[in-house]
Amino acid sequence: MEKPLTGRMRLGEGPVDLDAYEKAGGYAALRKALLRMTPEELIQLVKDANLRGRGGAGFPAGVKWSSAPTGVDSPRPKYVVADADEMEPGTFKDRFLMEGDPHQLIEGVILTSYAIQAEIAYVFIRWEYTRARRLLEQTIAEAYRKNYAGSSILGTRYSLEVRLHVSAGRYIAGEASSMLNALEGGRAVPRPRDPLPTISGLWGKPTVTHNVETLCNVPHIVSNGAAWFKSLGRTQDAGTKIYGVSGKVKRPGAWELPMGVTVREILEEHAGGMRDGLTLRGFLPGGASTDFLTEQHLDTPMDFESIQKAGSRLGTGGIVALDDRTCPVGMAHNLITFFARESCGWCTPCREGLPWSAEILAALEKGEGSPGDLEILEDQCRLLGPGNTFCPLAPGAVEPLQSALKYFREDFERHIREKRCPWK
Amino acid sequence: MVTIYVDNMPYQVREGQNLLVACLSLGFDIPHFCWHPALHSVGSCRLCAVKIFRDENDTRGRIFMSCMTPATEGVRISINDPEARHFRASVIEWLMLNHPHDCPVCDEGGECHLQDMTVMTGHVYRRTRKKKRTYSNQNLGPFINHEMNRCIQCYRCVRFYRDYAGGRDLDVFGVHSRVYFGRLEEGALENEFSGNLVEICPTGVFTDKTFKKRYTRKWDLQTAPSICVHCGLGCNTIAGERYGTLRRILNRYNGQVNGYFLCDRGRFGYDFLNSDRRVREPLAKTGQGSGSTALEPISADEALSRLVDIVQNSSRVIGIGSPRTPLEANFALRDLVGEENFSSGMAQAEQDLVSLIVHILREGPAPSASLRELESADAALILGEDLTNTAPMMALYLRQSVRRKPMAVVNELRIPGWLDAAVRGAVQGNKGPLFIAAPIAAGLDDVATETYHAAPDDIARLGFAVAHELDTQAPAVVDLPADRHALAVRIAAALREAERPVVVSGTSSMSPAVIQAAANVAWALHSRGRQVTLSFVAPECNSLGVALMEGRSLEDAIEMAERGQVDTVVTLENDLFARAPRDLVDRLRASCRNFVVIDHCLTGTAEVADLVLPAAAFAESQGTLVNNEGRAQRSYRVFPAPDPIGESRRWLSKAVMARARGRTEEWESFDDLVTRMRQALPVFQPVSNLAPSADARIVGRKIARQPHRCSGRTAMLANVSMREPPPPRDADSPLSFSMEGFQGISPPPLNPRYWAPGWNSAQSLNKFQEEIAGPLRGGDPGQRLIEPRDNGGREYFNAIPVAFSPSDDEWLILPSYHIFGSEELSALSPAIAERIPSAYVAIGEEDADLLGMSEGMLARVEIAGAAESLPARIVADLPRGVALLPKGLERLKGLAIPVRARIGKAVQAEKS
Repeated sequence: MEKPLTGRMRLGEGPVDLDAYEKAGGYAALRKALLRMTPEELIQLVKDANLRGRGGAGFPAGVKWSSAPTGVDSPRPKYVVADADEMEPGTFKDRFLMEGDPHQLIEGVILTSYAIQAEIAYVFIRWEYTRARRLLEQTIAEAYRKNYAGSSILGTRYSLEVRLHVSAGRYIAGEASSMLNALEGGRAVPRPRDPLPTISGLWGKPTVTHNVETLCNVPHIVSNGAAWFKSLGRTQDAGTKIYGVSGKVKRPGAWELPMGVTVREILEEHAGGMRDGLTLRGFLPGGASTDFLTEQHLDTPMDFESIQKAGSRLGTGGIVALDDRTCPVGMAHNLITFFARESCGWCTPCREGLPWSAEILAALEKGEGSPGDLEILEDQCRLLGPGNTFCPLAPGAVEPLQSALKYFREDFERHIREKRCPWK
Repeated sequence: MVTIYVDNMPYQVREGQNLLVACLSLGFDIPHFCWHPALHSVGSCRLCAVKIFRDENDTRGRIFMSCMTPATEGVRISINDPEARHFRASVIEWLMLNHPHDCPVCDEGGECHLQDMTVMTGHVYRRTRKKKRTYSNQNLGPFINHEMNRCIQCYRCVRFYRDYAGGRDLDVFGVHSRVYFGRLEEGALENEFSGNLVEICPTGVFTDKTFKKRYTRKWDLQTAPSICVHCGLGCNTIAGERYGTLRRILNRYNGQVNGYFLCDRGRFGYDFLNSDRRVREPLAKTGQGSGSTALEPISADEALSRLVDIVQNSSRVIGIGSPRTPLEANFALRDLVGEENFSSGMAQAEQDLVSLIVHILREGPAPSASLRELESADAALILGEDLTNTAPMMALYLRQSVRRKPMAVVNELRIPGWLDAAVRGAVQGNKGPLFIAAPIAAGLDDVATETYHAAPDDIARLGFAVAHELDTQAPAVVDLPADRHALAVRIAAALREAERPVVVSGTSSMSPAVIQAAANVAWALHSRGRQVTLSFVAPECNSLGVALMEGRSLEDAIEMAERGQVDTVVTLENDLFARAPRDLVDRLRASCRNFVVIDHCLTGTAEVADLVLPAAAFAESQGTLVNNEGRAQRSYRVFPAPDPIGESRRWLSKAVMARARGRTEEWESFDDLVTRMRQALPVFQPVSNLAPSADARIVGRKIARQPHRCSGRTAMLANVSMREPPPPRDADSPLSFSMEGFQGISPPPLNPRYWAPGWNSAQSLNKFQEEIAGPLRGGDPGQRLIEPRDNGGREYFNAIPVAFSPSDDEWLILPSYHIFGSEELSALSPAIAERIPSAYVAIGEEDADLLGMSEGMLARVEIAGAAESLPARIVADLPRGVALLPKGLERLKGLAIPVRARIGKAVQAEKS
């Protein structure tokens, strides 16, 4: 099984350093692209490879790149921003990649910048990722030293500034447009959906934003070609994916696996199944802002379409498992509380609806629930749906709640009936 | 135009606007909070949700925010869709989770947009058991009260204060459900437009503190259309009264003038009406001879008989008019004393400047700009004005104008102009050309392309040089230093590139050369085919109006009196000590037998009069004011001043009748007076078309000044008499002092308030406009009296001053201006008084070194033999050899500025 993203990492040996990275073929892709490919060819290659965004939405990377204006008249400078503000509960794949093989990310950033002919690239990282920050600082300095970044990269006419921005860390800053506002020094609140950042992004200039994992794939596509990349996936989605598992499983962790492996394979083979004495009741397939699925979905391939068909989203691929000894109401409460706290406060439904829902869930947990509470919660889930709020935070936030109400309704009702949490 | 379908009915709307604006313009009620016509769409409150359907077969539809969605051909929306209604009601439910529901004790109650929207969406039942969140409030100074618990987080306040008005000290703090709108620390809001928060805020977070002091329910206010008297711009206001005191000022929309906003001087300056300086009864020196005894109250009858006696026994009466009172009162005085004996009440220097402005605007070819036109200018040059302090609303609109040029990017990117966050994202900090040449840094400097701080002569030279760069026919400036020349070239290039440039200047530098330079620039641009406009700051609310009467200057009148040909001087609403040096006024006083003053406040001038007649102030009188643009606008009585206070023209009409001497025409009513004024002075021809005449009726009724919700009519005076007195008559206008009368949408010049069914707040304005942010239904009020005579060329001014050269022992004293303090009436309002700086002398850094002075040290300023000790203010950019004294502040009134003065350290002994 090929593991392009994590193949160079050796457990217990620390991050892949520049030497090791280069010896394993690192920066060959950069050399190849800059010396032998036009930006248009690079964009076409990534389109052909069907690389889809790994941040959650699955938008095709090549399509995103080609929506940025090109040519001598295009607005300048253009920007690439790597979104390393990983804050989705249950998700730690970007941290894994940055702490394990930081040059891979930087090479991906430079390649992407070359494709859209960007002048400046930022890595936007959350403050709490101290180890990754230190590594990236060093990595970027090394890239400059080797002339992989800076002016006239590898003797070509292409120049690029690469900068690391340490953010104060808000969940919403992981949303691309909020990230751009934060990067500009403003409040981390989202921007309207139109115009796209590739048209008017950072400081009003064309900007391509990508999740860390997406960028890490780019060098491998350049080195090995589109056909190879497509062949990695087990379903129609191409490449590999870092899947993670948390919850009461035997071996929580993250693994690079072919796109489209089944949930069962991840949970049972790689995470070792549930801890002894526990059985699986449900799971969030792609981080905290995805709908619960249950054991009937265990054989669903973990790719964008299949998970969507099953009623949830692939999201970040960070699976959170719910066992039969953990209160689903408590879990929903925990998640909604997180999202209420991380709401940016810009639009009414999210700012007010999430804390209200959290309060109702808290009341249920304390045995103070009343008849009608579940109807209010269901109403909130509908009202906070896509399109009703300014950005996708609240629609994502209510996904676990709305599916919990569907799959674990009896547990909710028992809280009200028995005026207590049956799990406590 | 495109066709949109609203609940299956087709409507024609302008393409490209958003659906909320389109629907409101069509007259639909779509609830909204965060959208504001001047601040545009940001999509934060989510209240304006409607359903949009793909086509006529789509029955499910999707919820969209109408403010964020463009009106495109064939779009099908539903306002009444049950899901959309449920969503809108839910938005209110969310907001009501934490809103304190303190309506019965809330200042906003009764004209609260949140109340209106709550009722409109139909949310009534509280389902939560949650505790409400609370915040601490801040003391935001004398103007604005802060009550954060009521906040619904619509972000309008910060968007207005920061993005629109350029303020820095109000911001949004915190995140998620604990968002706080306030200052980092308690303290007075610094921005000059903070009062607009009162109207911008959809609920009672920011309310009018001056109103709160004498609180009354807003529906109990008697209101009338008024014009602001605190600067020359003539912003339209709605003034409100209860129990005989003026309670507050609200903005009155005029699409050509002040739009949606007012400055703080205009909003909070009204309180001089209620000040203890008011003259509430006639006063007279009862002893023999003049100046020896104090003024004492006399009865109205006695005052009248004295007045009649004086005018009948005077062979020659001089009338000193006033640029701060309406045309009609000035004309009545002129009518009394005769054309040759009428003075405008302006000092010679000021009169020359204002007359020069009138001349320039008449001789053309560049017309004057309305405030609205300023906003849409794509390049501006300001010569010699600190607009934030001399004509604040001009500064506010020029601040918007710098966004014009960068909007090209927005159009290129096909971003709708109303999608505010996207527009600001694309435009970033880019600003269009705005050049400011003024003695010191001004409030607009932060958005200026370049600034130049110099003495007026050098400012004029720069202006002349710019004109020459634009058109070589304009005279060239010799010996201009290279850097100055380069600046002139850059300014000329920027103005030449613009389509609608504006040149701004005015009287504040007290320099005719500066004004002439501005005219040259505008005319040069005109010669190059630009749609250029000129905008001049006039010092007072009727400066242009009284200048059009072409009376004598104050000095002229004094000279005439001194020649011994005058036995009586009648001064109308004018404090001569604020305009001329004390000794000059004293000489005038000494030279006449009778010195009569008609005024509403006890000014220094009134204090030395033999007879003081109590005048009605702006909200108690009706009249016409001519603003800096040359626009005549009508202001109405809000309430009749209590006897014996009378409108100035009423006192004057008595005097005229006493002095009639065979004259047959008389003017009893306001309209008669206007007719007579038009006959005597044809320039005022349009004044009678400003508003319907006094006998106009709407379906047989007068327009009610009191709303139909007004309460307490029979109870208000029950402690005095159980009999309800008949409402006072108003013979001068079609308005009634009563609830009885027409309550609907009145003709704009007469509209006493904004109210529409379901819309109790100022947001009901949308029902009064032809389209959102467009003209009022029935046309924006006001008529321009001054237009360029023709489009032909003009001879350029060519009196270019020599460069200013500082001397070592004398300083050129210029006025500095303060929005709070430099205008005499507003300065009498307690809230404004709190914000007035104390007197100072400003000198530059180099001069400070030369004099060995530092900040705050006492300086001795010696002008024409008289000395004054003032703390020094060191101002970085002030040119060498120039010092500033704040205009209008106590101890500094009446200085004939510009003047040369000696400055030195004050001798310490003076202090002890």
